[in-house]
Amino acid sequence: MTGVTDLDGWPFANPVLTASGCGGTGRELGSYGDLGALGGFVTRSVTRLARAGSAPPRLVESPSGLVNAIGMQNPGAEAFLHDELPALVDTGAAVVVSIAGHSLGEYAELSRSVGRAPGVTAVEVNLSAPDPMGSGLFDAREPFQAASVVGSCRRDLAAGVLLIAKIRSDVARVVETARAVVEAGADAVVVGNALPAAMPDGRAGGLSGPAVRPQALRCVAEVAAALPDVAIVGCGGIMDAADARAFLAAGARAVQVGTALFHDPTTAFRIARELGRDADPPPGEDT
Amino acid sequence: MTASENGPTHVTAELLATKSVGAFHHLSLVAPGVGERSRPGSFVAVSVGDGHLARRAFWIHRVGPMGGHRAVVEIVVEQRGAGSRALATLPVGARVAVTGPLGRPFALPRGPARCLLVGEGYAASALTTLAERLRERGCGVRLVLGGVDDDHVLEPLSARRSVGQVEVAVGDLTAAVVRALPESDVVYAAATEKTHRFVAGAVADLDVSCQVALERPLTCATGLCHGCPVPVVDDEGGAHVVRACVDGPVFRAGRVDWAAMS
Repeated sequence: MTGVTDLDGWPFANPVLTASGCGGTGRELGSYGDLGALGGFVTRSVTRLARAGSAPPRLVESPSGLVNAIGMQNPGAEAFLHDELPALVDTGAAVVVSIAGHSLGEYAELSRSVGRAPGVTAVEVNLSAPDPMGSGLFDAREPFQAASVVGSCRRDLAAGVLLIAKIRSDVARVVETARAVVEAGADAVVVGNALPAAMPDGRAGGLSGPAVRPQALRCVAEVAAALPDVAIVGCGGIMDAADARAFLAAGARAVQVGTALFHDPTTAFRIARELGRDADPPPGEDT
Repeated sequence: MTASENGPTHVTAELLATKSVGAFHHLSLVAPGVGERSRPGSFVAVSVGDGHLARRAFWIHRVGPMGGHRAVVEIVVEQRGAGSRALATLPVGARVAVTGPLGRPFALPRGPARCLLVGEGYAASALTTLAERLRERGCGVRLVLGGVDDDHVLEPLSARRSVGQVEVAVGDLTAAVVRALPESDVVYAAATEKTHRFVAGAVADLDVSCQVALERPLTCATGLCHGCPVPVVDDEGGAHVVRACVDGPVFRAGRVDWAAMS
């Protein structure tokens, strides 16, 4: 096991990160707070070539959640590295670049080019897109497939850059998948992503938000119990500091805040501040 | 709290006053920092509660002093779904989360120009402060104000007082636009997509600058979710998909790839 197990090598100064695909390019979220005050900023998934994304409607409300079919719109790796990454690094954020590929070779290539870019703290391998086949992505549903992606990324990743695998909060498979990706070289796992769902018109989509939170929390608890040495980042419907504390108590080392940002762009900053007060109570308070 | 002086801010606003005018509800919001930074074409995102995660977007209709507050923001709500119904029935004194001012505003002409404003339904609220700014700059302003029926024409009397030349065109406003175009240097449209397409087509071969304030289905309204794609064509003919909320909502009509927009 290569999972990061102590403070050495854990690059995030506090446990609150943004979730992939929920912070724009960083510039927009930066209007509402200091990205450097978050544990880290995770980019939307970047693919080798630009993707225009799906036709609208791309998001619809669902009880306590959103269903999305964004189609992984992004400018492609080259344009991202050239046009967006430098400004993001300049904000002082610990930058985590999410990558998604159509093949093992593409994952390896992305891992190599992104990991070499100045200022990248970690690479997050997206192994849990809610509709990988529809998006033309490499199918990483099976743990052995997820492990082969992580292995490809590990081989080509620059030293000192953390490798994170983002896996689906599928209770039946999550422990097996987490074990496989860590054995293949992941330093940490993000447990949770939008769950496979359908848009009202039947197109494939992903359900996110508080609707999926209890289910993501269960998965974090299962992975933490089975693999106590693995660094887990919990993700799924976290709306406030109490939600974040629940994931940390279940064994997560950090959390990602996603859909909540669409409702209130200040959420991640506020949770980071509140958790900071937990860790460092004001003078005079009982500890 | 906000990290930026000039960008949007996210605040808890207080509903100071409401009024019902025709088919629309006007909400006056005390939203510190939002009105002060607003420009013609700016909009706000409002939370509607009850477990609704998506925001609802509204043009900033007016900004002004009210009840001892310096820059109260007035928006125009048409009840169309659960969210707008909830907002329209909020009691005075209610608190709502408001983010703004959002979006790229209208570009104003450098010198005096003859300006045609095309407003339809509640969307005409995007043009109210624009008309004022244009008049202050010495521009001629002619407003074509439309709506599906009289109740859906936004404040024609008030528009006549502040704009001057107003033509109300209930139902189909295309004839009024065609009549006004030969005497216009600049066109601004805040209307239905059908009318935007008509206006964009009508000005395509004329030496007229035209901006449209697009309304696309929005989720976050702040540039985070990539949920409001607008296909555009750049000056070199390259096709791109941009976000209505931060790359717009005001676009040059000629930049929008109308054929690709679904």
